[in-house]
Amino acid sequence: MFRKALMASLAFCTQIGLASDNAFPSTYQPLASEPTVIRNATILTGDGKRLDNADLYFDEGRIVWVGSGEAADNSRVIDAEGRWVTPGIIDVHSHLGVYPSPDVDAHSDGNEATAPVTAEVWAEHSVWPQDPGFSRALAGGITSLQILPGSANLFGGRSVTLKNVPAGTYQAMKFPSAPYGLKMACGENPKRVYGGRKTAPSTRMGNVAGYRSSWIKAQRYIDDWSEYERKVTEQQATNTGAEGNAALVAALNKPPKRDLELETLAGVLKGDIIVHMHCYRADEMVTIMDMADEFGYQVGTFHHGVEAYKIADQLAQNGVCGALWADWWGFKMEAYDGIQENIALVDRPEGGCAIVHSDSDEGIQRLNQEAAKAMARGRAAGLTIPEERAIGWITSNAAKSLGVADQTGTLAPNMMADVVIWNQNPFSVYAKADQVFVDGARVYDRFDVRLQPISDFELGQLIEVTP
Amino acid sequence: MRQVILILVVGFLGSTSLAQDLLISQATLHVGDGETVIENTDILIADGRIAEIAPRIPTNKMIQVVNANGRHVTPAFFSGITASGLTDVEAVSESVDSGYRELFTGLMHPEIDVRQAYNPLSSVVPVTRIEGFGYALLAASRSDRGIGGQGGLVRFDGGFSSFEGSDVIFIDLSGKAAKAFGGSRSAQWALIEQAFDESLESDAEDRELLSAAGAKALKETRRAGTFVFHVNRAADIIRLIDFAKAQRINAVVHGGREAWIVADQLKAADIPVVLNALDNLPADFDSLGSRLDNAALLDQVGVTVVFSSGETHNARKIRQVAGNAVANGLPHEVAIKAMTTTPAKIFGGESRLATVGAKADLVVWSGDPLDVTSLAEAVVIGGIPDSMTSRQTQLRDRYLPEQNDLPRSYIKP
Repeated sequence: MFRKALMASLAFCTQIGLASDNAFPSTYQPLASEPTVIRNATILTGDGKRLDNADLYFDEGRIVWVGSGEAADNSRVIDAEGRWVTPGIIDVHSHLGVYPSPDVDAHSDGNEATAPVTAEVWAEHSVWPQDPGFSRALAGGITSLQILPGSANLFGGRSVTLKNVPAGTYQAMKFPSAPYGLKMACGENPKRVYGGRKTAPSTRMGNVAGYRSSWIKAQRYIDDWSEYERKVTEQQATNTGAEGNAALVAALNKPPKRDLELETLAGVLKGDIIVHMHCYRADEMVTIMDMADEFGYQVGTFHHGVEAYKIADQLAQNGVCGALWADWWGFKMEAYDGIQENIALVDRPEGGCAIVHSDSDEGIQRLNQEAAKAMARGRAAGLTIPEERAIGWITSNAAKSLGVADQTGTLAPNMMADVVIWNQNPFSVYAKADQVFVDGARVYDRFDVRLQPISDFELGQLIEVTP
Repeated sequence: MRQVILILVVGFLGSTSLAQDLLISQATLHVGDGETVIENTDILIADGRIAEIAPRIPTNKMIQVVNANGRHVTPAFFSGITASGLTDVEAVSESVDSGYRELFTGLMHPEIDVRQAYNPLSSVVPVTRIEGFGYALLAASRSDRGIGGQGGLVRFDGGFSSFEGSDVIFIDLSGKAAKAFGGSRSAQWALIEQAFDESLESDAEDRELLSAAGAKALKETRRAGTFVFHVNRAADIIRLIDFAKAQRINAVVHGGREAWIVADQLKAADIPVVLNALDNLPADFDSLGSRLDNAALLDQVGVTVVFSSGETHNARKIRQVAGNAVANGLPHEVAIKAMTTTPAKIFGGESRLATVGAKADLVVWSGDPLDVTSLAEAVVIGGIPDSMTSRQTQLRDRYLPEQNDLPRSYIKP
């Protein structure tokens, strides 16, 4: 699946990517933690295994072992008999912070719907870290989440992946080393928003023309930078020994003008930025995969994909994930064919990558219930889906979609100790997260109000009311 | 693997057939009164109504039998305050009949009745019904005139005119509604009070806000109907309680995110609250006090609680809403009651209590009816087992086979 990205990167130098690489760097630091052993739990590892009556040990923010083993004498010991343990839950589609609560006009920062191509905007620059939604999601076991721009645009801008820890800045939440994503959108939204203003695109064919024109510009941008790099390298080689040669070469060769929009698009063609594409209809998703072939990039994940079940095999063959709802349908024409077995059917083929996403400040609080609904529908349709497989839809597959599968989403040695202890089988409406750990730190505890963060906005509201 | 309930004599559908006798055997029956659960009982249905509830009911061998085999059986659920049958696709405006906007009149329009647009053949109706839902409150959505119009209960039996109960007028008291209607809550209340006063005026010259039809509709609903007020803020709920008392109307709070703060006053005024138990965020300045145990706190002081998910296409989610209310402290059988008999009682419909003589609208569930992994295995409306098919099950069955020689358009489930 990475063939195309590799070919693209061979024809490209590192200069463009570097331009933004160090901008707005993550300042995330794990909160204080202690070596912790969770004993006697039912453990779903996230990558398909279920361990009954098993233990889990983590220290210094990383998982040390799963199953059984030695733990430090000073470890905090949690008896989780009768309880379940899963990796921290990951939501690949959230607008927390960019469409925060309260939902007032002044907070509507999620979509720069002023032009069909706004690849230059970055969602992180809209994230309000005081959104009360973050702490609600934490109580639902969410430890990582991707914040996306909205879907009015063909190219909506960069996403950002956050660790779900309370912080005063998004930089302090920014998942270290997580790749950026690029939000793109198919179908009704771009053509409605811009067509309604009598500007392009107003049709689906206009959408595709718009994407392709932009990719062509991005290719040219890459070529311009490659040419510049080639010249500089060549002249440096021919002028070796000359005094002050680097300054001379630089003076003789003016670099191409930096372009934020094309920088992001070039990042996709180079394979550094993952495409997250809002797309509902099966036929459109296939068109998009053909376009990705044309320009030599990889679609990472189709989001919403209400008709993904119709092309589950093609998604699996192309290594494209489907981030889907359990039961949303009918709110617009391209969502009319939604079925509750969608997730299970996308999961069915060899290599299928099904993800349950929320796109909702309510859904993100109970992604486990959303996964449970999808699992139940798959089972009722005759598919064999044990809990240890379904949990992957909100853990390991989600981590893969975000390019952080080597860091989180699975309970295995050396992975980030992002862990949830559930009071029971999490695939139940009655399940609750008892404790949530992020990088080994206990950041939420259902029984300890000191470990239940609230945002600045919520502080001091309704001060006359005692529950 | 597929969990299909055993129906010994598989059925018939169609409006022409009279409801034949049916036996649901070995049920765990939730009566819907807030407490009673009858274990291992048979339920005999005749002429569309429950004829007998007893441990072992002898039947002749020709009767159709649904063997519940210990599973939970409830009255068919209430799917909330919705636009089911009023909307095909929300973003296709010509298929949406739940509200009005920008009317050329300058009046308020309580007489506009969404029931006139109800279409039981909309795919939304069977999609909802096969998930265990037997009725809904058809709602007039928010308008730019304060009063959204009127609606009422509808039974999902496929009938074109299966309406029940009294007229229900919808009035939006939210901050957002006030912004569109007078610019402030004070202006909104002044206009609403004026409209109520005018409804008693028979002379057209004494009315500025209502047509003759509007005055008649408002007056009639004051006499025998119900008013649903969309309102979340505690302070606004208090104003509403005063208004309802002064006008002597049947009022219902819809939304009610801060209702728990004024639970005692709601109890004293005997005003029920229709809420979404998943609302726990300060979504706006009307709802800073949103909390997950709202339903439980209201129930504790005796306020009647009903659920609504605010959804139309996904109205079936209301079951998850109720489950979460239970997870946050509401007693399980109270939640079942809130999904079955309570809304019928508030809005004047048939009782829905699973007792002898009641209409046989019943559901057999694969597990706990409020859990997300359970589903409706058999839905019986008026004694007739539903086919359990919808546009969605047919799409599923078209794409479920892994291989097909011909294009899938040839698969017609």
